Amino acid sequence: MNRRDFLTARRQNTRQKPFSSQHSARTLSGLTPYSGPWGTEEVVHLLKRTMFGATVDDVAYFKTLSTSQAVDELLNPVAALPSPPVKDYDTTGASTPDTTVAPGATWVSDYNTDGTIQSRRRYSFKRWGIGVMINQDRSIREKMTLFWHNHFATESVAIEEPLILYKHHTLLRTNSLGNFKALVRAVTIDPGMLRYLNGYLNTNTAPDENYGRELQELFTLGKENNPNYTEDDVKAAARVLTGWRIDFPTSSSNFNVSKHDITNKQFSSFYGNTVIAGRTGATAGDAELDDFLNMIFNKSVEVSQFIVKKLYRWFCYYTIDATAQATVIDPLAQIFRDNNWDLKPVLSALLKSDHFFDPLNRGCVIKSPIELSVELCREFNVTFPDTVSDYADAYGMWDFIMNQSSINNQEFGDPPNVSGWPSYYQAPQFYELWINSDTLPKRERFTDTLIENGYTRNGKTLKIDPIAFAKKLSNAGDPNVLIDDSLAILYRVPLSDTSKATIKTNILLSGQAQDYYWTNAWNAYLANPSDMAAFQTVYNRLRDLYKYLMNLAEYQLA
Amino acid sequence: MKRRDFLRNTIPAATILPIIVGGFSIKAYAADNPMVKALMGATTDTDKVLVLIQLNGGNDGLNMVIPIDGYGNYFNARINIAIPQNRILPLSGNNSTGLHPSMTGMQTMYNESKLAIVQAVGYPSPNFSHFRATDIWMSASDSNQVVNTGWAGRYLSSEFPNYPNGFPNASMTDPLAIQIGSITSLALQGPAVSMGMSITDPTNFYNLIDGVIDPAPNTPWGKELTYIRLIAQQTKQYATVIKNAAAAVTTQGTYPSSNDLAQQLKVVARLVKGGLKTRVYMVSTGGFDTHSSQTTVTDTTVGNHANLLAKVSNAIKAFMDDLEGLGVSDRVIGMTFSEFGRRIKSNSSVGTDHGAAAPVFVFGKNVHSGVVGTNPSIPSGATVNDNIPFQYDFRSIYSSILSQWFCVNSTDLQTIMFKNFQNIPLCVNGACGSTGLDDIYRNSGEQLIINYPNPFTESTRLTFKTKGGHTLVHIIDTLGRSIKTLTDKEYAPGVYNVDFNSYGIPAGVYYARFQNGAIQQVRPMLKVRQ
Repeated sequence: MNRRDFLTARRQNTRQKPFSSQHSARTLSGLTPYSGPWGTEEVVHLLKRTMFGATVDDVAYFKTLSTSQAVDELLNPVAALPSPPVKDYDTTGASTPDTTVAPGATWVSDYNTDGTIQSRRRYSFKRWGIGVMINQDRSIREKMTLFWHNHFATESVAIEEPLILYKHHTLLRTNSLGNFKALVRAVTIDPGMLRYLNGYLNTNTAPDENYGRELQELFTLGKENNPNYTEDDVKAAARVLTGWRIDFPTSSSNFNVSKHDITNKQFSSFYGNTVIAGRTGATAGDAELDDFLNMIFNKSVEVSQFIVKKLYRWFCYYTIDATAQATVIDPLAQIFRDNNWDLKPVLSALLKSDHFFDPLNRGCVIKSPIELSVELCREFNVTFPDTVSDYADAYGMWDFIMNQSSINNQEFGDPPNVSGWPSYYQAPQFYELWINSDTLPKRERFTDTLIENGYTRNGKTLKIDPIAFAKKLSNAGDPNVLIDDSLAILYRVPLSDTSKATIKTNILLSGQAQDYYWTNAWNAYLANPSDMAAFQTVYNRLRDLYKYLMNLAEYQLA
Repeated sequence: MKRRDFLRNTIPAATILPIIVGGFSIKAYAADNPMVKALMGATTDTDKVLVLIQLNGGNDGLNMVIPIDGYGNYFNARINIAIPQNRILPLSGNNSTGLHPSMTGMQTMYNESKLAIVQAVGYPSPNFSHFRATDIWMSASDSNQVVNTGWAGRYLSSEFPNYPNGFPNASMTDPLAIQIGSITSLALQGPAVSMGMSITDPTNFYNLIDGVIDPAPNTPWGKELTYIRLIAQQTKQYATVIKNAAAAVTTQGTYPSSNDLAQQLKVVARLVKGGLKTRVYMVSTGGFDTHSSQTTVTDTTVGNHANLLAKVSNAIKAFMDDLEGLGVSDRVIGMTFSEFGRRIKSNSSVGTDHGAAAPVFVFGKNVHSGVVGTNPSIPSGATVNDNIPFQYDFRSIYSSILSQWFCVNSTDLQTIMFKNFQNIPLCVNGACGSTGLDDIYRNSGEQLIINYPNPFTESTRLTFKTKGGHTLVHIIDTLGRSIKTLTDKEYAPGVYNVDFNSYGIPAGVYYARFQNGAIQQVRPMLKVRQ
């Protein structure tokens, strides 16, 4: 869509609904399947929301499909799961080093209790996690895996043991597009979660309320219902969940009935005064857990609304006004319930909808720190050392990317606490919390580093190649087309013709008025790429162009 | 401010020169403006500072401030983590209450009359969720009320109602509040925007560029774009004053290393001494959610919680010593808080589950030292359901500090805190009672909406200045609900009036929210009974 269409579309919408809410104008569009234009604009919007960035190649590919086909393909990953993290660390300082694991081989099935080894493996895992996002498949799976990491938030340092840490994240990934209720059940007795929220310490003689509370407050029902579950429900939930244990050597959980509270558990009127019968025997834990989850999911409106809103805030925007509630959230929640908690029908309806593609819903997400750094690498096709033959350097580079997102408040593997990152729940600012006077300069420093000198480590350099990027565009010799094509990938909001002209003149034309100065320079470079002067002429201008574009506030939006 | 003053200040051509600095339009008051003249002799020496120390996770207050007179029941309720009676640190002149053995710094401060310990601070119907309870403490709401603004943010908003429009400016060159760290907390959230700014390193700001600025439309993306640009602009403008303040202080006292709280407080001391007029600083440290392994099994005076309390105590002591050495200890008080205390009865994981009330420390040279309140009474044979009931509402502490330290008058106090809370004598500021500075701060910046009279009983007139185009003025309540729209249409540029007739709505705090394109400003108002 060109800029004029964009502005027209907005006008039409605002005419329908004059401003009256506290927030900027929203939209009336609902879940009707989107049938409008399917061009670069729309594909880039879909990919920036469902993958880590929109690469030139992916955009070209999805343009050949229909809207519906594109969403279906994103929702049905075919790629194998990423291969597991490998030993990228040395064992200096460890008293029982993992000598049986060769450097470059995976450690995920080698149990080791040495604190030094465990700490290094956790970092290995976190670097690897960033690498998986950078090398993601052409599907929504990695964005959904991160969604679940935010939803069922755990901290690697608290899970501590790296094998169950890896297993926990693998659980999220393999179930990322499956059935929500099944996922909740699996997470409840997952060793990583048992460890993180003390479930493994929860016994009949000393109930630990940690998981029983967060399961209701953060994972299924939310805290805004009125009426809601009570403090006594938290205590009863803790007693239902007593007896689950972790067997660390096998990275598995099991049920120990002698630690289980076998008395009846009485719940409040919120749950219809349900009594979960206390059970005995080896299947007591499973049976009571099933009863318990059935009871929670019987509050189907509350659960479906809570999860659908969270998905909406992840993929669309954080403001849910009365119209969006009625035309998007309510019907999506109904779809969720009708499909017995399967996730794909919900995502399909949302991502194919008029609402999702509404111009008013484009460009309004502030990139999270992970999105900013990973998407930059993917969209500029930044070259990393080979994941297999040069794994040590690859992990080193992923470490740098990981740190860049960490210092801006989003540390993969270690969200601040069990409620995940505040940008996805903290009203009224939500995504805006990512940006403040501390983080904005750091974000800028990161993009400047990658476009200027690059990040160098162990003789390898991570750096944007602006010429390679420009070559992928349709006609880099025409400065107007070059700027438009670049903006189509890098920006989600329009720049005015005046601004584009200013940028072109000041940067690509070095103050000259005629476009052919740039065209000639570009052609001279293509004719003789090894001519250093010709190379430097175009390289410097492209570098300055992309640096500038990434420094404007517009670049922070997706 | 009187309405006439407002109108005088809204005649832009005469008194305000719009200038373009680095692509951003900045309005500076001309030097012959009476307000600027009034400021020339203004001194900042009397400016007071409040430091808020957040202990994340729910601090076990019962092992921090220990009841000596009820020791038997205390011990029986938590045998596996109870501090042995002979290891409790005594307080000078007080036989009934003592401190955790790792808090020698706090003990010294108490004995030097620099520490007030407020017992059993909480609120009715306590919430046991970390997130909800934190929000309650930050927003100062009732337990069953969701308020999206912070108490310190509301205070600063009442002092600087025009922020951020026209800030920084001659009368307030510095950030209103600073959070050390990368996250700005709910406590500093004002009705319209956050009143705080976050920094991690005051000497190192990365320079933001000057950019071409296309107008941002009134759409969701336009809103976000405007927000990011505003942060960029402020960061540039405040970076210099913070760097200069930091650079002005070359030597400081000794702080414990590998103590994150101490390092944060060190930055605060540096900026206070460096001359910032910033009134509120916020620092935080975590790890207090001690469900398990709160102490070691063999010795209950060491372990995780002991390390945390030592960290807090050592950090605050070093901070106060440094302030003394820098000669600014008269200007600073601080308080600690945590979202809740922990359960009276310990669990068998050598820890404690989420609880209710807990003590709060208020410290500084100008606090009324002593123990406020009595030891919580601990039942014999405490069960898992027993919690410490609150003696003092946490909002009484906020209110008392605002009135006694920042000289907030009773009308404003009610607007900020939503109701009247008990006054606890906590600190002293000799300047409270004199007047003069308030109006200067309140007029600073670009005033876009004001009401008169305020407080009002039934009707009040709102005067607003629009730059033209779509303009909205509506009334929202403290829960953020829009209760009445006064105007919602296109305007030519100018100054206009609308009347708000509040007949039929209860007395209390309301906000008049003005929105003109992407610009917004919120005016707090107080409806009182006749």
